[in-house]
Amino acid sequence: MMSYSSAPRSLLLAGAFFGAFTLNAAAQQPATPPAAGAAPAAAAPLPPGSPLIGRPAESEAAAKLAPIAPPPLAAAPDKLPTAKLKLPPGFNIEVYASGIANARSLIEGDKGTVFVGSRLLKNVTAIINKDGKRSVKVIASDLYRPNGVAFKNGTLYIAELSKISKIDKIEDNLDNPPKPTVIFDKLPKDEAHGWKFIGIGPDNKLYIPVGQPGNNVLHSDAHGLIRRINLDGTGDEVIARGVRNTVGFDWHPETKQLYFTDNGRDWMSEDVPEDELNRVTKVGEHFGAPYCLQGNIVDPEFGWGKSCSDFTAPVALLGPHSAALGMRFYTGSMFPKTYKNAIILARHGSWNRSKKVGGDLMVVRLNKDGSVKSSEPFLTGFLEDNKYVGRPVDVLQMKDGSLLVSDDWNGAVYRITYGKQKVAASK
Amino acid sequence: MRRTIAALAFGLIAFSANAETFQERMAPCLACHGERGQSETENTPSLGAQQAPYALIQLFMFREKLRTFEPMNEMAKALTDDDLRTFSDFIAKMPKPVPPADVGDPARMQRGQALGQQHRCNSCHNPDYSGKENVPRIANQREDYLAKTLGEYKDNSRHGYDGSMADVMGPITPAQIADLAYFIARVR
Repeated sequence: MMSYSSAPRSLLLAGAFFGAFTLNAAAQQPATPPAAGAAPAAAAPLPPGSPLIGRPAESEAAAKLAPIAPPPLAAAPDKLPTAKLKLPPGFNIEVYASGIANARSLIEGDKGTVFVGSRLLKNVTAIINKDGKRSVKVIASDLYRPNGVAFKNGTLYIAELSKISKIDKIEDNLDNPPKPTVIFDKLPKDEAHGWKFIGIGPDNKLYIPVGQPGNNVLHSDAHGLIRRINLDGTGDEVIARGVRNTVGFDWHPETKQLYFTDNGRDWMSEDVPEDELNRVTKVGEHFGAPYCLQGNIVDPEFGWGKSCSDFTAPVALLGPHSAALGMRFYTGSMFPKTYKNAIILARHGSWNRSKKVGGDLMVVRLNKDGSVKSSEPFLTGFLEDNKYVGRPVDVLQMKDGSLLVSDDWNGAVYRITYGKQKVAASK
Repeated sequence: MRRTIAALAFGLIAFSANAETFQERMAPCLACHGERGQSETENTPSLGAQQAPYALIQLFMFREKLRTFEPMNEMAKALTDDDLRTFSDFIAKMPKPVPPADVGDPARMQRGQALGQQHRCNSCHNPDYSGKENVPRIANQREDYLAKTLGEYKDNSRHGYDGSMADVMGPITPAQIADLAYFIARVR
């Protein structure tokens, strides 16, 4: 398992963080008597939703960091970074589709159409495979942050910022698809962590996360959770809390337990907390946020009076600020046996860290009991000289056992195969 | 094409059909946004030295109606991807806007500066508010436009490319918006 820190070191870091904070607050408000050691109170005037909460104002290095927005235009096919990407021996990567600006979540239909969500644009796009030809077509537009897509029995489900809708028999109507019909909209409208990944579980229910409405905030019961509904929109039920922002999950093919990635808070330090891989073993479990981070650090602001032992710890840590997003269990037979039932997950890559982390796919292998045995890099090369040449978002195993990867930086979808496959005409 | 634009930006006259066309195409933009990067038009932003990635995102959003303002949606409607890149690169090379002659009321300037620090505006937008990449230059932007924009981010009537600004503006009051706009318009 990757681990960048130990608990004592994180405590030291937390201490340093508070020190900087107090000094800063005192400098800004000279009229306030400098009460010695009154650190927590100093946090009060900060905007609760700000992604910049906790940034040490006096640090030049910290001031260089800001959320990174991808270009709004998809890269031209000849500008895609495929040649720079590295995989273990025997694996190949090719461009599956390009020109899909801000390509995010992926799902495959029964008839082989791949649907692609978008966080920053208003479209859901289909990659259509017909008569041996592949084409790209917008099948739903005028949506608000339609990041999530799911598919079941011919129906496409779309998650916008605050509502879930569906299009029945989508693959029979790709030429002239009907408008989506809303099935569920009892969701908060916050922008922060409002975009959604969705998935349909082995229980035939649709799982919908609601992130914390900000970097690090005490929030209402309607946030920081994963809920599920029946496919007709009824039966709304919260199944996990203490989830800061998950943008990828899947169910273990044998135990049927839900595993999900969760993004850790920003601005606490360069190295902690790390992003998490979690496992839900019973309905209603609490995974710690915003009180306990990465299973072993109480939050410097909200952790007072709390103990990490009261929350479910992650099964693996995935690197600080690495933005672990999409993940799926690999159940195909194209890849070697060592990949069977392993998790392949995408780390979008950090912004809140001087030396970037992530911008890759990892393979996480599990023990029989569902705990994590090992994790290692799988696809790398998106990070070059501390800059992104691409950012992987979601992964999707196709029926033939190949694996698709979306890249929202370049607006492309790649396909990973193993063995003597036809390598595409990409360079 | 790109080289031609760069030449134009440095004030050289290039005798090509392309350059003429581009100048003609740029003229209506400059009529409202100002010839030298500085807007004289109410509620209309100065574009000078704007970060090219930010300008590209905004032009794209106008074209796709992700950001709604009818005159701009109309102007951007027919632009190709290459047009978006060309215009945003050109905008980035125009001279940056200059601060107004009046240095501002010291008390308001101080309040605005403190708010800029407290809410970390000076992090993403840089300590001198010159911006970086997808984060815009806001230093010496028009005060009316700054106040209007901050208000629109606060009530989410202007959707950002991502949710960052809606998020930041949540706790900021209208009076604080006025102070922030006053300060950022005059920052030196």
